[in-house]
Amino acid sequence: MRAMVYRGPYKVRVEEKDVPPIEHPNDAIVKVSLAAICGSDLHLYHGLMPDTRVGMTFGHEFVGTVHEVGSSVRNLRPGDRVMVPFNIYCGSCFFCARGLYSNCHNVNPNATAVGGIYGYSHTTGGYDGGQAEYVRVPFADVGPAKIPDWMAEDDAVLLTDALATGYFGAQLGDIVEGDVVVVFGAGPVGLYAAKSAWLMGAGRVIVIDHLEYRLAKAREFAHAETYNFVEYDDIVVHLKKITGHLGADVAIDAVGAEADGNLLQHVTSAKLKLQGGSPIALNWAIDGVRKGGTISVMGAYGPIFSAVKFGDAMNKGLTLRMNQTPVKRQWPRLFEHIRNGYLAPSDIVTHRVPLEHIAEAYHMFSAKLDGCIKPLIVPAAG
Amino acid sequence: MTDLPTYTARKPANPETSEQLRARIPGWGADLDPKDRPAVPREHAEETGAHWEFPERQPEKWPRERSIEHAFVTPVFGTSCPPKGLSGAIRKFSYRRYSEGRAAHWLLLVAADRVDAWESHLRSFVTARPDNPVTETGLLAEFTRHGIASRRGRRRADVVHQGLDPLIVAGPWVAAAGAAVVAVRALVRRGRR
Ligand SMILES: NC(=O)c1ccc[n+]([C@@H]2O[C@H](COP(=O)([O-])OP(=O)(O)OC[C@H]3O[C@@H](n4cnc5c(N)ncnc54)[C@H](O)[C@@H]3O)[C@@H](O)[C@H]2O)c1
Ligand SMILES: [Zn+2]
Ligand SMILES: [Zn+2]
Repeated sequence: MRAMVYRGPYKVRVEEKDVPPIEHPNDAIVKVSLAAICGSDLHLYHGLMPDTRVGMTFGHEFVGTVHEVGSSVRNLRPGDRVMVPFNIYCGSCFFCARGLYSNCHNVNPNATAVGGIYGYSHTTGGYDGGQAEYVRVPFADVGPAKIPDWMAEDDAVLLTDALATGYFGAQLGDIVEGDVVVVFGAGPVGLYAAKSAWLMGAGRVIVIDHLEYRLAKAREFAHAETYNFVEYDDIVVHLKKITGHLGADVAIDAVGAEADGNLLQHVTSAKLKLQGGSPIALNWAIDGVRKGGTISVMGAYGPIFSAVKFGDAMNKGLTLRMNQTPVKRQWPRLFEHIRNGYLAPSDIVTHRVPLEHIAEAYHMFSAKLDGCIKPLIVPAAG
Repeated sequence: MTDLPTYTARKPANPETSEQLRARIPGWGADLDPKDRPAVPREHAEETGAHWEFPERQPEKWPRERSIEHAFVTPVFGTSCPPKGLSGAIRKFSYRRYSEGRAAHWLLLVAADRVDAWESHLRSFVTARPDNPVTETGLLAEFTRHGIASRRGRRRADVVHQGLDPLIVAGPWVAAAGAAVVAVRALVRRGRR
């Protein structure tokens, strides 16, 4: 089969690999019909995530058709069209039994601090991902769901991570009616978080980024008020000014490890890998939110320490909430919102790229070329 | 006296009322009640589809490296890229010796990643498909996806450091080539003597 393969920082190519075999009785092998590149993949692509091995296939957002099932699989059969949450989880451990699917204890021998994720380095379990023609899906009775007939394939693939994450991020903000919500980052996660904040009754939604074309999308798609941080000497002061010097009630970090806006922070983390991530957006969130406010961190950071302004968070009495998204828990409600026309996930898709050209897709998405917001990957036809 | 509510008990008013927002934004307030939010409460049991108390164990085809914070290798795990070469030795040592709580664990893993990239590039030169930094970095997209127009006149904060990317990718290659030239010249000079 054809599969995307990591060759070292900033380098990927497509190689011929064996179709993955069943390795556990509850495995399924899924033939991928559509995949995507996530902002999280950029952390791997840039070599930021520890234990990212040359030869790994990335990709944790994908949908497809069941090709083969293991002997204990009851809920799926070959031919079923499935959407697969980015979390790999057993459904039965201490954490899964409490709905914390992203924190499963039975799927990642490499670390206890993070669960299992497809194609996301050995730090999340060493699984190959779905930017390929076929992918091994462990716990086929637990994670995947059949794609409802009414659902578009593009929407289904976006539900496997980006949409669920934006929605989850807004929920972790514990928004109450009339809250001022500021979202850092107008990528897919930030756009969905901003849109979801309204569903929870936000009174004002502000989105901050430095890419004008993404801010335009935030105004149109998420009905948000937007600010470009390069236009302000100090975005935190600006935030205070526009909120009557109070600050926002809720801040959502939808940027993560590769935040821009402070060259020293960015270079020491994203380029020199001396920090687990550049916490610029997180620090802006800490300083930009009001005392007693809540911060929801959806942006991903690596396991190495980061220079976070913890003292300000403590002195301000903030609540910090965060996690990798337990995706499947979000689905029933998100399906309703899509059917009701409240959310139209595929509105943010900008590119569809054949798997064979995935190296260019990574560069485009990483360097933010051509108005790229969300690139979908189409494995070879047939 | 002040007209800034923040310094009084009042809250600054929003530009629009809830009624105005409900009229303007499809779905506004649909999840106002926390009971309608799937992530509330944080811990919440539901049917997962699991029909086991503890999953069957996947066969371990090679000694699987694991965090020493785990009691054992988890019943299911990924089998991509078994450790090999010097990078593999560093990785295995890091897993065996240090917990996730130790910076040394992660710094060694990051170092192993750099070694892995080097080993893999070198190995690729004796295969039918040597690494090609031009195609693998997707640089072609600079031409097909409007590299110049996407940056020019846009005051993007990332353009300042994007210039470092080629250095990170090509720097080691240039350094290696430089070292090779120096070595060859030294050899040639010695040969002449
Ligand atoms: N928690 C989860 O389960 C989960 C799931 C998916 C993605 N993520 C993480 O969410 C983050 C966003 O993902 P994405 O797919 O939207 O990525 P993306 O790269 O498309 O978006 C990030 C955006 O942040 C902007 N940005 C950079 N620095 C900023 C700053 N200082 N302030 C404001 N904006 C800034 C960038 O210009 C970009 O538009 C990533 O860190 C990703 O790893 C987490
Ligand atoms: Zn993701
Ligand atoms: Zn579990």
